[in-house]
Amino acid sequence: MITISKLIKAFGRRPVLRGIDLEVPAGQSVALFGPNGAGKTTLIRIIAGLSKLSSGQVLLGGQDAQKAGPALRRYIGFVSHSPLIYDSLTAEENLHFFGRMYETPDLPERINQVLEQVGLAGRRKDVVRTFSRGMIQRLAIGRAILHNPPILLLDEPDTGLDQQAADMLRKLLVELGSGDRTVLLTTHNLERGIEWADRALILNGGRVRFDAATGDLGGGHFRRIYTETVGGV
Amino acid sequence: MSYLRKVLAIVWKDVRAELRTKDILSSMLVFAGLSVLIFQFAFDLRADNVRLVLPGVLWIAITFAGVLGLNRSFILEQDRGSLEGLLLAPVDRSAIYFGKLIGNLLFIFAVELLLLPLMTVLFNVWLLSPALLLVVALGTVGYAAVGTLFAALSINTRAREVMLPILLFPVMVPVFVAGVQAVSRLLDGDSLADIVRWIQLLVAYDAIFLAAAMLLFDYVVEE
Repeated sequence: MITISKLIKAFGRRPVLRGIDLEVPAGQSVALFGPNGAGKTTLIRIIAGLSKLSSGQVLLGGQDAQKAGPALRRYIGFVSHSPLIYDSLTAEENLHFFGRMYETPDLPERINQVLEQVGLAGRRKDVVRTFSRGMIQRLAIGRAILHNPPILLLDEPDTGLDQQAADMLRKLLVELGSGDRTVLLTTHNLERGIEWADRALILNGGRVRFDAATGDLGGGHFRRIYTETVGGV
Repeated sequence: MSYLRKVLAIVWKDVRAELRTKDILSSMLVFAGLSVLIFQFAFDLRADNVRLVLPGVLWIAITFAGVLGLNRSFILEQDRGSLEGLLLAPVDRSAIYFGKLIGNLLFIFAVELLLLPLMTVLFNVWLLSPALLLVVALGTVGYAAVGTLFAALSINTRAREVMLPILLFPVMVPVFVAGVQAVSRLLDGDSLADIVRWIQLLVAYDAIFLAAAMLLFDYVVEE
């Protein structure tokens, strides 16, 4: 569960997040939309512990993310624009390394499971630099879920993917979002985000401008809401 | 034990990646070898003056080759975006520092392992005595300790490749002075007991900067 209250983040004098209040219950999948510069990535990075907040509070499973020790980072799986993996190691070596860093139990078996899940079992011994963008992104997701985190943060995981790779990613995300895992995803693809998530948020100018369940937002309805909220796309 | 396992995992990752790409070692080795050859031609080193110049040549070759490796070790992490993957791991960030430090030390030691015999042959001066190896090892530890910290600091600056030597070399002066003086005295025939003052300086420098870097690394990599 993620609880964010009165979150403000400024870079120097420039405010990026201007008072975010948000509660994401365990098991919910949330798609976070907004134009470039809205603060989506900053918000995700603060939740992941990669960026400090200026004021406010972020609680992960009831623990203050900024004050808790490194152990809290075990609760989080993070997929960013960059894959956060090593292109001179093989897929298996990457997962082995991160598994050791997260002290993942039964690591060899878990690596097998994850490679099967992301469809890379046949390429496990191949060096990552020989992978396509879609394969790298799937391995990045594999790295993020290797330690089975209860919270998964995905910052535009579909960026730069072709349609086929994006479809594969969507299937994978649906699978990952099932169960008790809390998932927060940012994307510029409105249809894909709405299809995938339980709840949609629109962030603009550092504030949450729209927050609703995705059930009633299909058929172009959400695109109209988005256009009205962010002032034209 | 968990802390140590994570430090060793980072070392394993860096060594494994380097053995596959040879990005760091190849540039360091070529640079160190070429610089020694250039010094030999430039100074026309003969038996009567070689002992005066050799300690300086040795430390310059180690320093300049080392700075290439130190720079690359964090630039590769930064450019591939993998540093954030490390920062996300549930481990005290000093473990990341020590992992990177040990990796850097192994690479610099590997260069020295080839550099010292090469210089012994080229200059016909025995550079493989245990006392001299101890001095070089202590100096290298201090150099890598500060260099690893400053390499992490400089990767977020605009002129990052230039920034590291600018930050690092002034802080390294005590190591260079102690290293050059100790090697010089050893080449003159002094024993380890005669240079204990310089050894103590190197040990103190290593201890102080290892402790300081361990405490500061978290702030250096923080956004």
